[in-house]
Amino acid sequence: MSEQVEQLIRKEYAAGFHTDIESETLPPGLNEDVIRFISAKKNEPEWMLEWRLKAYKIWLTMEEPEWAHVHYPEIDFQSISYFSAPKSYEDRPKSLDEVDPDLIETYNKLGIPLHEQEMLAGVAVDAVFDSVSVVTTYRAKLEEAGVIFCPISEAVHRFPDLVKKYLGSVVPQRDNYYSALNCAVFSDGSFVYIPKGVRCPMELSTYFRINEMNTGQFERTLIIADEGSHVSYLEGCTAPQRDENQLHAAVVELVALDNAEIKYSTVQNWYPGDENGKGGIYNFVTKRGICHTRAKISWTQVETGSAVTWKYPSCILKGDHSIGEFYSVALTNNYQQADTGTKMIHLGKNTKSTIISKGISAGHSQNAYRGLVRMGSSAAGARNYTQCDSLLIGDRCGAHTFPYIESAHPSAIVEHEATTSKVSDDQMFLCQQRGLDAEKAVSMIVNGFCREVFKQLPMEFAVEAGKLLEVSLEGSVG
Amino acid sequence: MLTIKDLCASVEDKEIIRQLSLEVKPGEVHAIMGPNGAGKSTLGNVLAGRPGYEATSGSVDFKGQDLLDLDPEIRAREGLFLAFQYPVEIPGVSNMELLKAAVDARRSHTGQPELSAIDFMKMAREASKAVDLDQSFLKRGVNEGFSGGEKKRNEIMQMMLMEPSLCILDETDSGLDIDALQVVAKGVNAMRSPDRSFIVVTHYQRLLDFIVPDYVHVLANGRIVKSGDKSLALELEAKGYSWLEDEVA
Ligand SMILES: Nc1ncnc2c1ncn2[C@@H]1O[C@H](COP(=O)(O)OP(=O)(O)OP(=O)(O)O)[C@@H](O)[C@H]1O
Ligand SMILES: [Mg+2]
Repeated sequence: MSEQVEQLIRKEYAAGFHTDIESETLPPGLNEDVIRFISAKKNEPEWMLEWRLKAYKIWLTMEEPEWAHVHYPEIDFQSISYFSAPKSYEDRPKSLDEVDPDLIETYNKLGIPLHEQEMLAGVAVDAVFDSVSVVTTYRAKLEEAGVIFCPISEAVHRFPDLVKKYLGSVVPQRDNYYSALNCAVFSDGSFVYIPKGVRCPMELSTYFRINEMNTGQFERTLIIADEGSHVSYLEGCTAPQRDENQLHAAVVELVALDNAEIKYSTVQNWYPGDENGKGGIYNFVTKRGICHTRAKISWTQVETGSAVTWKYPSCILKGDHSIGEFYSVALTNNYQQADTGTKMIHLGKNTKSTIISKGISAGHSQNAYRGLVRMGSSAAGARNYTQCDSLLIGDRCGAHTFPYIESAHPSAIVEHEATTSKVSDDQMFLCQQRGLDAEKAVSMIVNGFCREVFKQLPMEFAVEAGKLLEVSLEGSVG
Repeated sequence: MLTIKDLCASVEDKEIIRQLSLEVKPGEVHAIMGPNGAGKSTLGNVLAGRPGYEATSGSVDFKGQDLLDLDPEIRAREGLFLAFQYPVEIPGVSNMELLKAAVDARRSHTGQPELSAIDFMKMAREASKAVDLDQSFLKRGVNEGFSGGEKKRNEIMQMMLMEPSLCILDETDSGLDIDALQVVAKGVNAMRSPDRSFIVVTHYQRLLDFIVPDYVHVLANGRIVKSGDKSLALELEAKGYSWLEDEVA
């Protein structure tokens, strides 16, 4: 599959283009030529380029938001390189021996089998091709059901009508600073289309796209569930992901047409920086879905990575009787900062939303929940239930809750509950008195705290998420 | 089993246990009684290694090892069990999950093979039956929403599964109704064996009708001020503690 992508990227470029297209990496900086270069590298049609350029012009007029409860040095957007091709076979490590031993140790702790470790670390071995055959069978099964699951760069060519119709329909170009930037320079991402009435025969997982490296920085995902269809999509994996690019600004758009259901689960484990807060990814993500009549979108996220997280998976409940859900576990340790939550915008009658957020802070970290529930003037009988719990480990970290409630309809009901608790010495001692060491005790208590959210994850993911919390909490006690 | 010599211990720089000595041999049951605030729970906590409960002098030997030198979880894995006076809730962590982790930790420490999920389940069901707790309690969060008496019975269930060599029961009888008291006593008695010892902290002679102790000690002001056989408990029931304090003073 990586070969396929490389080929795609190496394809002949559009004529009349004047940046040096021989190079595989662009020098830092952003201007119209850079955008033309990216578009040409992907051999994009004119409309796609125009769309990017329009977004770029909008971005130029915008300012970086400062309202989030996070602090980081100013980002110089001209010092970032906006395109780099995947590493060639020769440049990749020859075996796991050439990979950072810390990374391997973490893989082992998470119980990731050897051949998958090679795949994740980008090792240039034939083992990687085993996964290609898995992908092939998997694709055949999807095709049979009529499901489209492919890189968005491919969809631009194969399904231009769908892409034109829906790209930017949920998160418009001018939505926010980072999404505008993403629109201008997005690298790649997933495209999913589930035809009318089809129940997708398997969980769709980005894991199967792991070979297509280098899509992380400005990832773009678009999922369309046509009327009465059903899909469950898994993004990310528990293995720690390193990336040379510090800034990540992804956009995910979900469209659930009448009676459709989309379940979107994320495990985010980008490199969080070291225990002194050095390094780590800045993750500024825009995720939003729109629900038509009686449709349902359910976001479940387990966020343990990144140095700075800014992320609010949201639902626009446009259709009557539509349902939005948000289940979140956000864990911060050391010097990590997270400002995450959701927006539930109720427009239709009798729309329902549920928000369950579990924030865990350890070390010197700062963890904020920010949630908006808006009941529009047409949202008769709409209901929201929000439960927002924070758990503190130690006394140098912080937990913050910023709920915003706007109700323009008298019959709408909004319920909000919030708690803050600590991992108590009594709980710790009970576990230790039963033979568990301190780290195991903390991870068990934290897992218990997250149970309601983990229940929402697909089985396999839930087990992995538990292990991930354990590894992420290392060094938070004792 | 356990030899405490001249133990002094303090909590937050306040000395609570003063020059306490006690010898518990394998198979023995020792009852500890004494007024509120005497230091009974503190003694249990010091023995179990609760952080913040610091032994300042003296020694404790547990099965040939310097107990005070071991981390709390190692003491537990070595077979020291403390049934808490006030069992704490751990929301979302199922009883089963904690128990399995606990039993696994103890077994692997003592070189026994790990129990299969099925065997463990069987054992857990039997234990819950033995303390008259419905099986649904195995799935519920640890002590989450349990009544006072259910929490105490849950402690005994944990004790049964961990098969400790030294069991310290801190007022397990308080808050139990008469039937539950008998259930608990029956459970404890079933566990009595020549190589398992018990320290039973209680305020009520009634429990000692069911769990008959070999020795009864009175703890007051951080010291053992009087020791005797089970008749001492009856005497205390009749006379209270003040006569002892007078005697000591
Ligand atoms: N964590 C603590 N911080 C401060 N003081 C403590 C702490 N733990 C115990 N103490 C004090 O130590 C003394 C002995 O307490 P302990 O709980 O051991 O008594 P006890 O004999 O078990 O009493 P009871 O019969 O009421 O259970 C009391 O004065 C108590 O207030
Ligand atoms: Mg007590």
